[in-house]
Order: sequence, then structure tokens, then C-alpha cells
Amino acid sequence: MDIDVEEIRNHFPIFERFRRDGIVYLDNAATTQKPREVVDAITSFYYNSNSNVHRGVYRIGEEATELYNHSRENIASFIGARSEEIVFVRNATEALNIAANNLPDVVGRDSEVIISRMEHHSNIVPWHLASTRYGIRVKMMENLPDRQITWEDIEKNLTKKTRIVSLSQCSNILGTINDLSAIGKRLHELGIIFVVDAAQSVPHMPVDVKKLNCDLLAFSGHKMLGPSGIGCLYGTSEILENMPPYMGGGEMIREVYENGFTTADVPEKFEAGTPNIEGAIGLSAAVDFLKRIGMDNVRSHEKELIKYTLEKEEEYALESLHSYGPRNPDIRAGIYTFQMKKGDSGKPYGNYVHPHDISHLADRIRGVEIRSGHHCAMPQTVALGTYATARASFYIYNGKEDVDTFFDALKAIEKKMIA
Amino acid sequence: MTDDTIYSQILDDHYREPRNFGRMEDPDVQVTETNPTCGDTISLFIKVKDGNLEEISYVASGCLISVASASILSEKATGSSLKEIRTMAKSDVLKNLGLKLGPAREKCALISYDALMKAIDRYNSS
Repeated sequence: MDIDVEEIRNHFPIFERFRRDGIVYLDNAATTQKPREVVDAITSFYYNSNSNVHRGVYRIGEEATELYNHSRENIASFIGARSEEIVFVRNATEALNIAANNLPDVVGRDSEVIISRMEHHSNIVPWHLASTRYGIRVKMMENLPDRQITWEDIEKNLTKKTRIVSLSQCSNILGTINDLSAIGKRLHELGIIFVVDAAQSVPHMPVDVKKLNCDLLAFSGHKMLGPSGIGCLYGTSEILENMPPYMGGGEMIREVYENGFTTADVPEKFEAGTPNIEGAIGLSAAVDFLKRIGMDNVRSHEKELIKYTLEKEEEYALESLHSYGPRNPDIRAGIYTFQMKKGDSGKPYGNYVHPHDISHLADRIRGVEIRSGHHCAMPQTVALGTYATARASFYIYNGKEDVDTFFDALKAIEKKMIA
Repeated sequence: MTDDTIYSQILDDHYREPRNFGRMEDPDVQVTETNPTCGDTISLFIKVKDGNLEEISYVASGCLISVASASILSEKATGSSLKEIRTMAKSDVLKNLGLKLGPAREKCALISYDALMKAIDRYNSS
């Protein structure tokens, strides 16, 4: 592995507590820990340069604007975009809501949008809302839990009215990494707008928006070492210019008259009100941290971890353990979703451990902190034949010994709860 | 690290051998409650005689907390008057469990309570 996990951990103040309390944090698909560099960047802004942006012509006002603009440039170049193609939003959810709210007016309301079953709710519900509000039709295509989305999956659902396809680059429940470049190219040949939910990909692998052939792309800062409340909507200049503004207020206008207004240029057109300045600065510091490690190294480290996880799964061969997602580490992110179940005796005890109990016991027995529930992906969860699963997800500060502890915990849980 | 009180002996016992578990022939009322966020489901059956809860049973698929809580509640409620049961508060159920739960797990503990209250209301309005 190219990553020195122990060295990386030393950058994260929370690891002092993790070491003291024996905590192994494995819920990184939900949110990640923050390195000192990110906390310091935010603190330094508050201590030294705090003021509003795009207004004051005094020194700290100009400093704040410079820091904010630099953050946008830095984050943009991280995903191969230009500064004016990055809209700051709260998170990937907000970015996808902007897409779903504004695209119907670009493509026409008599249009169809295709999404997949492995989407997070944030790439499902906004489209349902848009369907109710604007009359567009939403089609959810099927996908198999152990392989990538293919062009054939999409093709089956294409009609003359299909104008938008919105897909996740990486599933937050299956860990499937979808190969979207070729799909994006074919969609563009058909004049279909391609939206990408990159909440689980931008933090974990090299992402280049130009290579993806996407029109819009969404990601969150808090899932990539940055603070909560900041995320990005990437959009090509063409699409951002064609979309109407999302909210009105300060920042997003050029001029306001008694009977109307004109909008600012993109990206400010979509950024009404004082922005999350310190959030942008913190996310930029997170990007610097990830750049120093190298996104190729981040990806190969996590690939190694999931490969090791799947090997351990076979080695432990726990009777009740069933996991989901592709077995090929090349197309699998560091996400491991599973159940513990054995037969069905009709009684609660002895054949099934509810994911809440798995999560609770893993924490209390071995300090392993994992997620349980539907992971905001109910259609995919139901398609797996259940209502809830447990999930472990890795990041740069996790090592193979964490995987060992995790399986030790599962073994202890099986012993305690499965007859 | 050892198991904490949340999975204490009593809960473990009620989960392994839930009291009054099973379907009921000819119940006066049957109610099914679900918690879609975690898939907990309980079908609860009651028989009433002279204003008292003569018999209660349930089938549940859920976490340890939800099953054990249903078991404990069924023991407490059997034989009591519907009026008395209806005055039980959610906090009483949590107190009977004897542990402090986070907001996410409180819902698990209360699914049987919600089902029982619904069953009583349905009986009273029939």
C-alpha cells in the first residue's frame, strides 16, 4: 500500500480519542473525520480574515474574497473543472435538487428522466418532486446488485422523450463503481443531459468531469474530510447559463429594479445570500490534503482494503453472514454491506441479527462503529429482499487491522446471537 | 470491553424467550405496526373481557430492543383494565425497560406500545 495509515491518523485530532476509547470508525460513507489542516484553515479564517465576500474594499474584505475565490479554483481543478463551473451549495443533495428543479425548464416538461435503482434518495426524491411540480416522468431502471450499470440497462428505458439521465458514479450501499465515461458519451450523442451523483466517488478516486462526459455533477464536502454544509454542483457553462436561478436574493443579481432584476453571471447566479465562506475554505484545505496523498493512492488503498475484506469474509466463513455488491475489487469501492441471517424459525432469536443489533453490538464488543438501516437507498435495499442492512465503509485512515477487528466483532456477534 | 446494560440479562432473556409470542385465534382486534426506517414489524392481537385485557399476543420481526420491549409490555398489560393501560405513557414503557436509549432506539422500544394503544382505541370505537 502506498499510504502510511499511521502517519495519516496523526493528522486527525479525533484519533486521540479513538485510540483512548478503542474506537474503529467505519462509517465513512456517511461522513468522514476532519484533519487538523481543515480545522486550522477554518479557525484561521475566523481568527484573521473574517468578513463578507464580494463586498468590502477594505483589507480583510479583500482577503476573504481572495480566500473564497481561491477555494473555488482549487476545488474546481481537483475535478478537472474551471472555476466558473463550480456552484457552492450545502451538499450533494442540494446540488441534485437544483438539477431536478431547474432542468425541467431547460428540457421541457413533457420529458422523461431515467435514474437507477441503486441511487441514494437524494438522486430519487428530487426527481419525484419535479415530477409532481413540473409533470416530468421519472423512470427507475433495474440494475443487478453485483455488477455495474450498463448501456443496455439504460437503452431499455430510452424513449424519444428521454432528456435526462441521472446516475451515481458509486453506489453508497453496494459499493459498485459505475463506468460512466462511455455512457456519458452515448447520452451526449443522443442530446440527453447527463447528471452524476459523485458523493461517493469524488472523495475516493480520481474524478475528471471532462472525461466523465457529464453536464452536471454533485458532491459533498463532509464526505471528503471537509466541513458539513458545503458541497458543489459542477455544471458546464452551457447548462448553467441555460438554467434559471434557483433562489433569489443578494449575490445572485446583477441589478434589481422596482419591477424586476437581472442575474449575475454563473456561478454566482445560483448562490443567493452570503455563502458558506469558511466551509469553502475548509473544503479547499481538505482538497489540498487529499492532493498531497494523491487520489490514485486513495483509490488503490481502498481497493486493497475491500479486497482484504472479501478475503477475510471467505476466511472467517461465518455461517450467517451474507454480503452484497460486486466481488471484483476493480469495480468495488471501500463499502461492505451485509446481513446476518440463518434460516427462519419464526421466532426472533437465533436465526437473525437485526442490523441495529449488529451495529450496537459491534460497537460495544469491539468498538467497531458501523451503520445500520436502509442507508437512504430504500429501493435498492428492498430489491435485496430486506428492509435494513449493516454497512462498513473505509477511508484513508483505515488499515487492515481495522478489517480484522471488524470480523472479530462479527464472529463474536454470531456466537452470541445465532443459535 | 463488555456488553453494556442495553443488552442486559433481562433484555436478552426476553429476546431469546419472548413472552406471549405468537398469533391468536379469533382476536377482538389485530393491529400491525411497521417502522419503515429499519423494517421492524409487529402484528399484535388482543382479547378483551369485562373491560380488561384478557389476552395479548404478537408476532414481531425486529431488533432485540423491539422484541424484548413487546415481551415486557405484554406481561405488564395482561389482566389490566383497558382504561389503566391507556393511561400508560411512553416514558413508562422506557422506564420498564430500565435503560436509557438514544432517539433512534426509542422508536424500536415503542413500536409495541404504539400497536397496543392503537388496538385499544380500535376496540373502544368498535
